[in-house]
This record gives sequence, structure tokens and C-alpha cells, in this order.
Amino acid sequence: MSIIIKTARTHNLEQGIKPSEITSEFAYLNRRDFIKQSGILAGAAWAGGLSLPAMASDAEYGDDFKGLIKTPYGKGESLTSFSDATTYNNFYEFGTGKKDPAANAQEFVTEPWSITVEGEANKTGTFHLEDILKHAQMEERIYRFRCVEAWSMVVPWVGFSLADMLKRFEPNSKAKYVEFETLYDPKQMPGQKRRVLDWPYRDGLRMDEAMNPLCFMAVGLYGRDLPNQNGAPIRLVVPWKYGFKNIKSIVKITFTEHQPVCTWNTTAASEYGFYSNVNPDVDHPRWSQATERKLGSNFWEPKTKTQLYNGYGEQVAHLYKDMDLTKYF
Amino acid sequence: MQLKEILPGLCFFKPIIFIICLLPFAFFVSGAINQQLGPNPVESMIRGFGDWAFYFILIGLTISPARKLFKLNWLIQYRRMIGLFAFFYVCIHFSSYIWFDQYFDVVKIIQDIIKRPFIAIGFISFLMLVPLALTSTNKMMRRLKKNWGRLHKLIYPVSILTLLHYFMMVKADYLVPGVLLVILSILLGYRLIQIIQK
Repeated sequence: MSIIIKTARTHNLEQGIKPSEITSEFAYLNRRDFIKQSGILAGAAWAGGLSLPAMASDAEYGDDFKGLIKTPYGKGESLTSFSDATTYNNFYEFGTGKKDPAANAQEFVTEPWSITVEGEANKTGTFHLEDILKHAQMEERIYRFRCVEAWSMVVPWVGFSLADMLKRFEPNSKAKYVEFETLYDPKQMPGQKRRVLDWPYRDGLRMDEAMNPLCFMAVGLYGRDLPNQNGAPIRLVVPWKYGFKNIKSIVKITFTEHQPVCTWNTTAASEYGFYSNVNPDVDHPRWSQATERKLGSNFWEPKTKTQLYNGYGEQVAHLYKDMDLTKYF
Repeated sequence: MQLKEILPGLCFFKPIIFIICLLPFAFFVSGAINQQLGPNPVESMIRGFGDWAFYFILIGLTISPARKLFKLNWLIQYRRMIGLFAFFYVCIHFSSYIWFDQYFDVVKIIQDIIKRPFIAIGFISFLMLVPLALTSTNKMMRRLKKNWGRLHKLIYPVSILTLLHYFMMVKADYLVPGVLLVILSILLGYRLIQIIQK
């Protein structure tokens, strides 16, 4: 007993799907009922219908999200282990060493949490996180994650579409960009006691980028609530951009007419552009972007070739079609 | 006779120092074999060897001032060993980059050295250390006479370039290289004061 949901949106991700195979809207909208009738959970249905990607060991997988919908994103990718993905982090708010966030973020309080929405939108104000999550349809997406430092991982994120969330704030026609801001709280975030970066951490996207279906708000990984060191309670995941664009522990969302300030861009504009799309042909001045080191790989495994837009070109290349990528890096 | 004067005279003392100097190397090799170097072992090993190369340069630069200030004449017999260990860690730092980061791709290595100033500077300091290591024998010391001392003053620019290499690699947090800069400034400053006093 199994169902396979295939949408036009996911079509690009799974090569070789004929249009006739795409699940009709009716079947898609009724999948919940179908699942209920079948008496099985969506996850189990997926497991039965598709061979799931190489899983991190079952012990690493949690069960914090009931009825989590598995999606075809990242099918066939082999996952980074949970421990590697949660002990090797760049989260300067908790220290600049890779192990610092896992060591220093354990006492971080993420409840209650609220997000302030400002700027060019009809529904602005401060929203409790649980009210935002109430509307969200939790799903799991496996994405490749590529850090600007030339290492990479593959993570099964749990969360929901960024576009779905942003639409609920009803951005107006002046909203050309969306800016995100991380919490500033040096008492809880020891890394902020020194001005390593221009706190609070900020980053942003062009509105059409933000509305791309790939953009994801993550609240979990490996079926577990998002660990503090990975950006709890809520973070952005934009898989075709370098990791630092994937802003963590978000407390503020601002719709703006002008290109937002981005922390790394203000720190070193020649090294970190506003777009920061993964691009093997545009080298970072201090390291080559042609290849990447997968976390967990040993000394004898060669590095992996980096793909333009981290391999998500089919979904996002049109966003940059008339742009000089070496100038707008 | 005080203990500090007896100890260095004992024949087992030098081998013990030698083994201690090998401990960081042993740590990374055993870490690599037992997979205890974290999710990115290659990076951890290359950086670790680089760190220790610079620590040994600093220890080497401490010997002469410590000897003079604390009248520990016996320290001088360890200067060559420490210097050669600095060179050893530079060599394994550089070769682990060639091996595990670039997998012996000569074209890529040359491109990397040309394109990235921080790698170029690291490479230059490596090249400058080679003649120092080659002339470290008693024979070469005798042969070069006064020039030996002049040649080995190269360690001063090497130490500065090596720290510059570190600074240029760092993205935003200059705390650790900053502390090393303070230490290096004291060690080089001491020599500057000596020159001025003469």
C-alpha cells in the first residue's frame, strides 16, 4: 500500500518523470484523507513507495514531528551523519570555532520566541512563533548545504516553505527585498560579547528569490527539533547559496524597497557578495570554490566538484539570467 | 648544585625533549587513524600542523632571550632541535596540503599559490626555512663561520611572514593570531632593543 505524490514543482527534481505521472491536483489535495483511509502515516507511505535516500542511522533520527511529510527533495543523496551536522557549525554568536556552537548553545532559551515583521507589508507586528507554525505544513526536505569555506553536507531539514509564510504577511508592491535578523542577546550568546561581526547578524534576499519554492524555513533536522547550535528555533535554508546566507535564530523580518544590509558583505564586500550563489567559477579570494569537502569524508576520499547554484540551477538559474555572475557574486 | 643545572646534563634529557616535540605529530596521526579529528579531519590536521609549526618558531625564538635573561646557558643546546622541529611541522603542514587537500595536482597547487596571497606567503616562508634547515649541521656552521649567524637571522622575517599567513587565512576572529602577534612582538622587540643598546 503506497502513494506517491508528484507535483509539477517537484518535477524538475526527479528526472525522468513524465507529465502524466504528476499527481493530479485533486489527488494531491486529498492525499491526507487517502492516507487516513489507508491507516498509515505519510512517512510510512513514502518509505513503502520509494526507496528513501541513504539514511543516517535510525538511532540518529528523531520523532519530534508527528505526521511529517517526506518529500522527494534530495532523493538519492547520502546524508551527513547527525553528529557531524550538529558539531561542526559556523554560528559566531556562540563562538568562532567549529565546535563552539555545540558547546556554548546548550543553555540557549528558545521558548517563548517571537518574530517581528516590519516594512512594506500589510500584516506587520510581532508574532509568536507558535502562531506562525500553526499555519505551517511541516515537511522534510533533504538539501545539499555548501559553506563558503568549501565544505559541504547533506541535511534532512524539517520545516515549511518560506514563500507560504511570507505571503501571509501580505508584502506590498514596494517589497523588493526581504531582510532577516538574528537575535542579539550577548547574555545568552557569548560570541556577541566581542565585536567579531557587526551584530546583530543580518542577511537578505531579493523578493523573487525568497518566493522561490526551494526557500525553506527550518525548525528541525533528522526528525528532531532544531538543535540550538544549528539555529534554533527557526532558521532560513536557501540551498543554492553559500551557508552564511542561511541565517539562524531569526527574530525579525523586514520587507524593504532597497537591498538589505548583509553582515558578511559589510565585513568584507570583496569576499561575500549580496547574492553569494554557489558558483565554482567565481573563486573566493582566499580559497577556490571549484571543489568542496564533504563533512565526514576521510583522508583518501577526493573532494567533490562544486556545482553551479549547488546543483539547483533548474529551479533558480532563471532568477539571474541577465546578470553577470562574476560582478553580482 | 640546583636541579635545573643537573637535569640538562643527564643523558636522557635530550631524548625526552625530542619525544615531547613529537607529541603533536603523534596526536594528529593517531587521531587520523582512529577517526577522532572531527567531521573535517583534513582541515583539522593541516591547521594543527600549521599551528605547531608556528609554536615551534616561537619556542625557538624564546631560547636566546631566556638563556640571557635567566642565565640558563644549557638552553642553547636545544635551539637546533627546536628549529628543526619547526621545519618538520612546516614540512608536514605543507605536504598534508599537497597530499590531502590537492591530491598532488601540481597545476592546481601552482594556481593556488599564485592566486591566493595567503598561500603564496606561506609558501615563501617555507622556502626561506629550507636553507636554515640545510645549514643546521655542525659542519655547515663551521664552514659558514660569521655568515651562519647572518643567514639564520632569516628566522625573523620568516616568523613575521608565517604570522601574516595566519592572519590572512582568518575570516573575522583575530583573537588567536592577535595573541600570537603580541608574543612575537615581545620576542622580536627584545632583539630590537639589544641592537639599539649596542
